[in-house]
Amino acid sequence: MTFLTRLKSTAAAVAIIGLAAQPALADIKIGASLSQTGPASFLGDPEAKTLKMLVDEINAKGGIKGEKVELVMYDDAGDANNARTFATRLVEDDEVVAIIGGTTTGTTMAMVPVAEEAEVPFISLAGAVVIIDPVKKWVFKTPHTDKMACAKIFEDLKARGLTRIGLISGTGGFEMSMREQCLKLAPEYGMEIVADESYGPKDADMTPQLTKIAGVAGLQAVVNPGFGQGPAIVTRNFRQLNIQVPLYQSHGVASKSFIELAGEAAEGVRLPAAALLVADKLPDSDPQKAVVVGYRDAYEKATGSPVSTFGGHAYDAFMILVQAIERAGSAEPVAIRDEIEKTKGYVGTGGIVNMSPEDHMGLDLSAFRMLEIRNGDWTIVE
Amino acid sequence: MSDLLQFVFSGLTVGAVYALVALGFTIIYNASDVVNFSQGEFVMLGGMSTVFLSAAGVPLPAAAILAVVITAAVGVALNKFAIEPARNASVVTIIIITIGASIFLRGVAQIVFDKQLHRFESFSGDAPIEILGATILPQSIWVIFGASVIFAALYVFFTRTLTGKAVLATANNRLAARLVGINTNFIMTLSFALSAAIGAVAGVLVTPITLTSYDIGIALALKGFAAAMLGGMGNPFGALVGGLLLGLIEALTAGYISSTYKDAAAFIVILAVLFIMPSGLFGRAAVNRV
Repeated sequence: MTFLTRLKSTAAAVAIIGLAAQPALADIKIGASLSQTGPASFLGDPEAKTLKMLVDEINAKGGIKGEKVELVMYDDAGDANNARTFATRLVEDDEVVAIIGGTTTGTTMAMVPVAEEAEVPFISLAGAVVIIDPVKKWVFKTPHTDKMACAKIFEDLKARGLTRIGLISGTGGFEMSMREQCLKLAPEYGMEIVADESYGPKDADMTPQLTKIAGVAGLQAVVNPGFGQGPAIVTRNFRQLNIQVPLYQSHGVASKSFIELAGEAAEGVRLPAAALLVADKLPDSDPQKAVVVGYRDAYEKATGSPVSTFGGHAYDAFMILVQAIERAGSAEPVAIRDEIEKTKGYVGTGGIVNMSPEDHMGLDLSAFRMLEIRNGDWTIVE
Repeated sequence: MSDLLQFVFSGLTVGAVYALVALGFTIIYNASDVVNFSQGEFVMLGGMSTVFLSAAGVPLPAAAILAVVITAAVGVALNKFAIEPARNASVVTIIIITIGASIFLRGVAQIVFDKQLHRFESFSGDAPIEILGATILPQSIWVIFGASVIFAALYVFFTRTLTGKAVLATANNRLAARLVGINTNFIMTLSFALSAAIGAVAGVLVTPITLTSYDIGIALALKGFAAAMLGGMGNPFGALVGGLLLGLIEALTAGYISSTYKDAAAFIVILAVLFIMPSGLFGRAAVNRV
């Protein structure tokens, strides 16, 4: 009994010391649920690393207006159920003031109802247009949409006078969504989809599909919405079959590893991509140059791995959030949300962001650069 | 005509990969009646080890051989630490253990290697070879050639050598095999090493075409298993025919009907075969003697 009493008093003492040790101002708690492992890990991993790096950086500088930032981060492994559970835990147990995350569209859409109900601002890092269209009061996003990627590709095709297009898409969520957007946008740009084929995400050979597409009379270009290994194999098969029309890839392959994987076959391939990918090649007059070069150097120094546009989405989300908190002068979710919506002229890795009550992404087509692969490197073609 | 030939080339390339995975299934099945679902991870280990060894400065041929040896060692370790301790468990339990092992190997690969896609240079360049208007990559010929050689070697092993027959005897009745002096533990270890090595060779051959990453094993194991079922589980000839057939069905469906139905067509054919011939095209009918 005496032992138990002593234990209790010790616990009480520890608790009091613990309370006393707390700073006068509570930390600003920011929550995140990302897919650090699982099938979307190549997106979630750089995002998580970026957030950790930025939080360390900002705390080293004294935090936001003197208050330290605390990052509560969970790994949902790409599972929508996990994402929803973590979102609930973030708002109920961790009591965060804002949430960054949802690496994929699936995990994002699972988290949306939680953020909406708890009235906590939520910035998604996923691509699909459904996240912000229709606009949801508490939901924002930083990456370009698949719809924009298609529009950028169609603009380029139109400029080259090419209108008869063959589509070859992967069967994953991102690819199917982008394919749908392309089909929807095609009439607007006067494009005619003359072939529409697909391949599985782990398929080893797409020559049958490409042979079929190449056989369509009057084919003028091929567009491949896809990410992962598919586009690299499509590109190699495309050259193997010696198909003599331009090949367009999506922003889903916008990383150096695509050029390495596709090898010489990648020569001449065009794709829309964020400025981050061509940081060195941007003219000095480009407003995004300083931001993208700065982020790239910091990331590569902190992690030792090459930068990707996916980490850039997390960078933009975090910066928009921090600036909103600074402007609001408060860490109240309502105040933060209102300020995020007022973000104007934020120069990020994804583009220049101008949000409004009607637009919770704030990017236009100028955020995409049309690139062509020449001599194993990116070239800006405009 | 050139279209048809192009589809056939595609089907044979992909089919040869399936066949190699199916051959791996066959060996362990022959020794233990167990379907080893970590077979796909052996393919991944073969490819990934080669990538990282050659990136570390080992010349490609040496890296490939080392990768096969490493993977064989992983196969032996899998048998020693996961399968052997559960020797008296039911076949289903052991199959579940192999599924667990496959998840474990994938996790380890994610940490030891990384989560990116990789490839290394094709053995004889990437210039397509043109045959009657259709094209095939030199690496595809390597894959088809490799699958044929391994198949032939296995066929001789199982039908002409004493050790090969000992494997079959062990599968048939472990107790009886031990009574006639077969070291069944050694046979099990040997089959895991052999099956892992074949998986690794497949990984080395196909990586320049299909690319590799820590998680390619799942899809390959599924298709390889389907190929083995189609041909008849346990029969090397069945594995070869099942694999090639599966590849051809996929390519021809994608080429002539629609790529949307490519996987569905393959599985419908397998289901149809299994309804008519439950033990697959070349499988032996299961007989339980009492």
